Amino acid sequence: MCLAIPLKLIEVNDDMGTFESGGIKRKVNLSLVENPKPGDFVVVHAGFAITIMDQEEGEKTLELIKDWPEQEELD
Amino acid sequence: MDSRLLREEKSVRTLLKDVERSLSRIGREIKLMEVCGTHTMTAFRSGLGNFLRKIGLRLISGPGCPVCITPNGIISAAVEFVTETPNVIVTTFGDMLKVPTNRGSLMKVVPDKGSTVKTIYSPEEVIDLAVKNPDKQIVFLAVGFETTIPTIGWVVEEALKKEYDNVSLLTCLRVVPPPLRAILSSGDVAIDGFIYPGHVSVILGTQPYEFIPKEFGIPGAITGFEPVDLLLGVISVLKQIESREPIVDIAYPRMVKREGNPLARQLIDRVFEVEDGEWRGFGIIPGSGLGLRGKKVDAVEKFSLNTSSSWENKNCRCGDVVKGAIEPPECPLFRKVCSPEKPMGPCMVSVEGSCLIHYKYGDVEWIA
Repeated sequence: MCLAIPLKLIEVNDDMGTFESGGIKRKVNLSLVENPKPGDFVVVHAGFAITIMDQEEGEKTLELIKDWPEQEELD
Repeated sequence: MDSRLLREEKSVRTLLKDVERSLSRIGREIKLMEVCGTHTMTAFRSGLGNFLRKIGLRLISGPGCPVCITPNGIISAAVEFVTETPNVIVTTFGDMLKVPTNRGSLMKVVPDKGSTVKTIYSPEEVIDLAVKNPDKQIVFLAVGFETTIPTIGWVVEEALKKEYDNVSLLTCLRVVPPPLRAILSSGDVAIDGFIYPGHVSVILGTQPYEFIPKEFGIPGAITGFEPVDLLLGVISVLKQIESREPIVDIAYPRMVKREGNPLARQLIDRVFEVEDGEWRGFGIIPGSGLGLRGKKVDAVEKFSLNTSSSWENKNCRCGDVVKGAIEPPECPLFRKVCSPEKPMGPCMVSVEGSCLIHYKYGDVEWIA
């Protein structure tokens, strides 16, 4: 039930946003997030955006994985 | 960001080596409770759950499936209402429809004249139903944790603001931290650390879990739902075990902020008040429930609903499964008479239920 997925906003009209998924435009309720803007990735749960993804932190996590120190094999 | 990397085999393999090394330094089996059912799903569908077990790390599922922990009395009340009241619509999330009660599930029972049961994906649809069916009473069987509760709160405020007098809610809204305290206090399950739920924590932030390292000395990390996210959470907890410095870490910083989502929490506070809550398996946990402040939208008061039924399928051990006291295969019904086609209890119904996940993915192996 707490499944939620990041989706990219393409339009914002007050508390209503639009995102595109598989070529279909769909609505998302934005009343639970502050200052959403087109281009933001929002995490959508049960039709509501519950947070805006911090893309900078996302990139940092990816860098962390890419640069993960190689470990020697276990004995 | 290119999130494919979070599922890539190479990334997973690199992180698994770290897990192995850490476990060999610790030198004993480690048990971590993943509180959220969606983490259970990530672990088993990828085969990581079985792999980690082989290298000495056991993931135990916690009480993180709202459908599973909703006591039968609530669902029975909805069944009784829709079968004995004309011109009503009982509406709820998909998984709730299949939970068995002594009179059958919401999906199978025959509603009274002019009445129906409707599945919704978003609570917003409750308002649409109210507008389109002015001559019917809409009762929203609303269950969920902190992730879902603000969306349910939105419905309440909308119904009150627009004065729809045909909307009311039968709720089982529960908050995650109190049962974690109950599990740690009972001492029934030995846990070395927690993998905290990612999307519940989007709302909560870290503060509500702080008592766990402070009072119990137990480490934990909030993380997300890709295989790499799960392993980053596991690695954080293992590091805390090694350094003996337990904290509430965030291994999911792209989504979770330390302060959580204050806007959503304010909405929760406006609409609901903290009360004691009943959980399947646990019974009453103090301060673990949220009840409606406005009694006008409270279906229990409005229709004098009886939520006291304590019926359970004989031998169903869902109550022990949600506490992490037993694993699904230990239930005498598992696979023998209980299956996704004919579930005997909610843990076999919900996509986040441990029994369903074990049934479908229990044998999946990670190829390392």
